Amino acid sequence: MGNVVLIVLLGLAAVAGLIGAARGHDGLFQAHAWVIVAASLVAIACLLQRLDRPKSSEAAEGYADGVVRYGVIATIFWGVTGFVVGLVIALQLAFPELNLGYSFTSFGRLRPLHTSAVIFAFGGNALIATSFYVVQRTCRARLALGGLHWFVFWGYQLFIVLAATGYLMGATQSKEYAEPEWYVDIWLTLVWVAYLLVFLCTLFKRKEPHIYVANWFYLAFIVTVAMLHIVNNLAIPVSFLGSKSYSAFSGVQDALTQWWYGHNAVGFFLTAGFLGMMYYFVPKQADRPVFSYRLSIIHFWALIFLYIWAGPHHLHYTALPDWAQTLGMVFSIMLWMPSWGGMINGLMTLSGAWDKLRTDPVLRMMVVAIAFYGMSTFEGPMMSIKAVNGLSHYTDWTIGHVHSGALGWVGMISFGAIYFLVPKLWNRSGLHSLRLVSWHVWLATIGIVIYAAAMWVSGITQGLMWREYDPNGFLVYSFAETVSAMHPFYIIRAFGGLVYISGAVLMVYNVWRTIKGSPATRAVAADAAAPQAA
Amino acid sequence: MMDHDTLRHLADTWGLVFLFLTFVVAVAVLFRPGASKHYKKCAEMPLKDDREPGK
Repeated sequence: MGNVVLIVLLGLAAVAGLIGAARGHDGLFQAHAWVIVAASLVAIACLLQRLDRPKSSEAAEGYADGVVRYGVIATIFWGVTGFVVGLVIALQLAFPELNLGYSFTSFGRLRPLHTSAVIFAFGGNALIATSFYVVQRTCRARLALGGLHWFVFWGYQLFIVLAATGYLMGATQSKEYAEPEWYVDIWLTLVWVAYLLVFLCTLFKRKEPHIYVANWFYLAFIVTVAMLHIVNNLAIPVSFLGSKSYSAFSGVQDALTQWWYGHNAVGFFLTAGFLGMMYYFVPKQADRPVFSYRLSIIHFWALIFLYIWAGPHHLHYTALPDWAQTLGMVFSIMLWMPSWGGMINGLMTLSGAWDKLRTDPVLRMMVVAIAFYGMSTFEGPMMSIKAVNGLSHYTDWTIGHVHSGALGWVGMISFGAIYFLVPKLWNRSGLHSLRLVSWHVWLATIGIVIYAAAMWVSGITQGLMWREYDPNGFLVYSFAETVSAMHPFYIIRAFGGLVYISGAVLMVYNVWRTIKGSPATRAVAADAAAPQAA
Repeated sequence: MMDHDTLRHLADTWGLVFLFLTFVVAVAVLFRPGASKHYKKCAEMPLKDDREPGK
C-alpha cells in the first residue's frame, strides 16, 4: 500500500521534471529537470519490482541496518571519487595543461566538485550512516518513522548528484561550500528535516534512560547544519524555472553570513559530527569506556557555545568591523581548550591499554585520526591570530591546515568506523586482512605528512614573497614569480595525495573481499585474541 | 535597530558574564555529589552487549 502511494508521488515528480525540462529558462535548469525525471523513473522501476515480493526481510522489530550498509558503500564510493578529483585538481595546479581546454574540466569547476564530494558526499554519508547505526545501538531502539530513513539516504544522494552535475555545468551562487543553487538548497532542506525527525524520534522512543554523549554530538551536528544551511542560502530566485538566484544579503553582511556558515560547517559538520563517531567507535574498538564522561559533557557544551562565534577570523583585515574580527579571533583561541578536551578524552580512553595499538591496526587508524584532530585544532587557533593570519591568509598554508584536519581527522576516523562496521553489518567473523589495514594506516599518514609539509613550506614562502618590499617601498616579486616558486611544492603535494589515495584503494579491496566473505584466518585469530588482552 | 557599538558593548559585558556563568553552572552540575557513579554507568553504555533486542 505504502509503495503504491510512493509510486504515484514519484510519477508526479517525473511529470514535474518533464514540465521543468520543457519550460526551463536555461540549459542548466533543464538538465537538472531531466535528472529529476531519470531519478524518479529509476525509483519507480525499483519499487515496481518489489510490489509482488513479500514483506522486506528486515524484521520490523530489529535494527534498521540496511540503510547503514548502503551508507557505508556510498561513503566509500564518494570518498574515492572525491579523493581522485582532488588529485586531478592538484595536478592541474602543477600542470595547467591538464585543464584540457573544456569549461567543465577546468579547475574552477572541478574544485567545488572536489570540496563538496569529500565534505558532503564522503563526510555526509559517513555521518548519516554511523549516526543511524549508533543511535539505534545506544538507544536500543529501531529507527523511528518507518522507512523515512530511506528517503534521507536516497534524497541525500540526489542532492549530491544535483550539486555535482551543477558544478560541472557552471552553476554556483559563489558561496564557498554552499555553491548549489536555490532549488538544490530547498531539496537538501527537505532531506535534512527528515533526517532530524528520524534521529529525534528514535531518541524519543529509546529504551535507555540516558542519551549517550555520541548522540548529543550527532544531534548538535544535525540541528546546527540545518540552521546554517537555511540562513546562508536565503536567496531570491530570478525565476521559478531558472537556475539563477541572488543572495538576500549584500556586501559585508553577506561575507559575514557566509563565513559564519563556512566556519561552523567545519565546527559542526567536520568536528561535532565526527566527535560523535569517535565517542562510539573508539570505546567499542578499544573495549573500554570513554576516559571521562564528565569531560565529554563539558567539552561538548564549551564547543557548542564557542564555535558559533569563530567565523569572523576568515575576514581579518577586510571591511568587517575591527571589533568583530577581534571577537572571532578571541573565540577561536578559546576553542583550543574544548578541542583538546575532546582529543585528550579520545586518546586517554586507551590509557592502560596502549598495547592494543600493536595488535589492532583499526584502533591505530582511530588514534592517528585523533592525533591529527589535536594537531589541526592547535594550528587553527594559532592561524586565527591576526598577526599570524596576515602571513597565512590566502596562502597554501590554509590549504595544508584544512587537509591535515580533513584527511587526518575526518578521513581516518571514518576509515576506522568503516573497518569496525563492515564485519558487523555483513555478519563476517572479521576483516579480510588486518595487514592491509595496517598498510592503509601508514599510507594515509605518510600521504598527509607529505601533503601538509609541502603546503607549509609553499604557504609560508608565498606569504613572505607577497609582503617583501625593497628599500624604495616597491614590491620585490610579481605575482607570477610567486606562482612559479610554488611549482615544486604542488608536485610534492600531488604525490602526497596519490599516496593517500592508494591507501583508500586498499580499503576498497579489503572491504570488497570482506563482504564477499573470505575471512582471513589471521584476522580471526587477532579478533579472538583481543578480548583476552582487555 | 542595534548599532555596532551597542552590540560590542553587549558582547563584552553581559555576553561575557552569561557565558562564564553557564560554564560555572555546567561544571557545578557535573561535579554534584554522587554524580560519579551515574557518569560511570553512562560511559559503560556502548560497551553493553549490542545484539538486537529480542534476538
